[in-house]
Amino acid sequence: MNALYNFVSGPLVWIALALFAGGSAWRLWSLVQLSKKKDIYVHEYFSWPHALRSILHWIVPFANESTRKNPALTVVAFVFHLFLLALPLFVIGHVAMLDKALGLSWPTLPEGLADAMSFVVVGACVYFLARRLTVPEVKFVTSASDFVILALAAAPFVTGILAYHQIGGAQFMTILHMLSGEAMLVAIPFSRLSHMLYAPLTRAYIGSEFGAVRHARDW
Amino acid sequence: MSSQPYELVKDKGLDEGVARLTPEKIAKVVGAVLESEGGARLKAYVDTCAHCGLCAEACHFFHSHDRDPRYAPVAKVKQTLWGILDKGGAVSPDYIARASRVAYTECNLCKRCAMYCPFGIDIAYVVGLMRRICHKLGVTPQYIQDTAHSHSATMNQMWVKDDEWIDSLMWQEAEARDEVADLRIPLEKHGAEIMYSVIGPEPKFRTQLIYQAAVIMHAAGVDWTMPATPGWDNSDMAMYSGDYEIMGRLKRSHFECAQRLGVKRIVMGECGHAFRSVHDVGNRWLGWRDEPVPVIHAVQFYHELITSGKIMIAKKFQEPVTFHDPCNIARGMGLHEMGREVARALCEEVVEMTPNREHNYCCSAGGGVINCGPPFRNTRVHGNKVKAEQLAATGVKTVIAPCHNCHGGLEDIIHHYKLDMKLKFLGDLIYECMEKPWN
Repeated sequence: MNALYNFVSGPLVWIALALFAGGSAWRLWSLVQLSKKKDIYVHEYFSWPHALRSILHWIVPFANESTRKNPALTVVAFVFHLFLLALPLFVIGHVAMLDKALGLSWPTLPEGLADAMSFVVVGACVYFLARRLTVPEVKFVTSASDFVILALAAAPFVTGILAYHQIGGAQFMTILHMLSGEAMLVAIPFSRLSHMLYAPLTRAYIGSEFGAVRHARDW
Repeated sequence: MSSQPYELVKDKGLDEGVARLTPEKIAKVVGAVLESEGGARLKAYVDTCAHCGLCAEACHFFHSHDRDPRYAPVAKVKQTLWGILDKGGAVSPDYIARASRVAYTECNLCKRCAMYCPFGIDIAYVVGLMRRICHKLGVTPQYIQDTAHSHSATMNQMWVKDDEWIDSLMWQEAEARDEVADLRIPLEKHGAEIMYSVIGPEPKFRTQLIYQAAVIMHAAGVDWTMPATPGWDNSDMAMYSGDYEIMGRLKRSHFECAQRLGVKRIVMGECGHAFRSVHDVGNRWLGWRDEPVPVIHAVQFYHELITSGKIMIAKKFQEPVTFHDPCNIARGMGLHEMGREVARALCEEVVEMTPNREHNYCCSAGGGVINCGPPFRNTRVHGNKVKAEQLAATGVKTVIAPCHNCHGGLEDIIHHYKLDMKLKFLGDLIYECMEKPWN
């Protein structure tokens, strides 16, 4: 158990980080190369002001018609993504480990708050799951991979909560927590979690097309 | 709802095309199209789509079928290219039978869904790529294929022969001379400021629009011409059938016609899809970033004539009207405000439909759907109940739609849902309301 703990909290972290960073860089690089070869419009019509204008209208909740039409989903989705990104960066355990390994540290979230935020993330995952199962237009296009991705996103938070509250064996849960976190990191470039990488690009492109070519708004 | 069976509408072109398919042919064509044309955008779209269903809200087919999930934009991708990608092209002829109907007749390529997707996924592009595959498979609805054949053989949409074209123009000139003694429709005038181009159906069915345009040009004192050769037709149904080779020939002939005449710019009549073709699709296929000869849409031209005082309005149209935003010039060129300004200059009262401008609902004729002909009339009319509701809610009796396709589509909707409304082009109203100095 200790050996396993040392492995998943040591070398495996670096392997996962390397796969995440390398995989992401490779995915982005190869997409840009492919677009230069086959989708030259993307570059010809690319317009920074229109791309940024579009991104701005879509990272601000309720700044576009689509989010206004779906207020509940909008709130859940925004909070989910915000917490999902903030927790791993600012939770005390992570920063402490990073401090120990590299001597790097930054301010952390109070433990109680981080715990509450984790519950919110898991709650959001339950909401997404329920939506997939009950909203007809979502259900119609849902496949097994959608549940897998949702599970991948939820797992680090579920196990994090269990480990923090010492349910199911602290060390065992911590190992599971680390494994699931590492799995999610690696999955980002190699699954549809890559929307994290691609979304800014697709948004920038449609923003450029709508703004610079069609002279219309896309929100 | 989705539990209801889906009945395939019969169509000679699609049915016989599907009957000729073999799994090998499907795999070969799919592979070839994806290899040559399915690039980074397709990859990014497929890998990014989170299957969240938010695009559903955008689609008039979805709303008109009481939120039937089959009509959500993402569901249309699932029933077309998505299945093909999942199976690496190993789909059955039956799959293509369903997919071709979805791609050609249940999506107007109006791009409204691109505005509701958080990632800005251009679903119309994906559906267009499916049509491209269907075209290469020889599975196209008969009526639109007939139009593409006409484009190929005559360089116009309606099998108008070269002499018939000139004849129609001379006929309209002769008619108009009863009203304006010295009116001309200048043909082949080299070095004119403007070449006026129209779509094939204008000389064929709506010749009075050419008459009206001539009267407007005459009153405004415009230095204009129309070509006497192929290339006069700016329309492009090949773009919608997926026959991009013909699309390229059409656009080339249209622009070369203007270049041969040495005009400064092309003014096109009130059509939406033709504008998409010259501004957005055909030009790109040919490798032109922008138009090689500047092209403006009739809405821009009318706006220019009215704001510069070249056309004076004698008497405003008295009844309240509503203004329909054609997708290809509103979402396609941002002409919604300009269109309204022209409408307001001509009419006492313009009542808004909601949603409008970029968020308008398509007429359901666009994207070549009306050109798929009578077999699919009900598909498109039932698919646009929301438009009928939207029109009825305005309470007005006159709808302005500066687009031929929209006229076709809205006319059918008005008739089917028994709305007491009539349709007008902006040109109709200008002709009706302008000051005619010769009177």
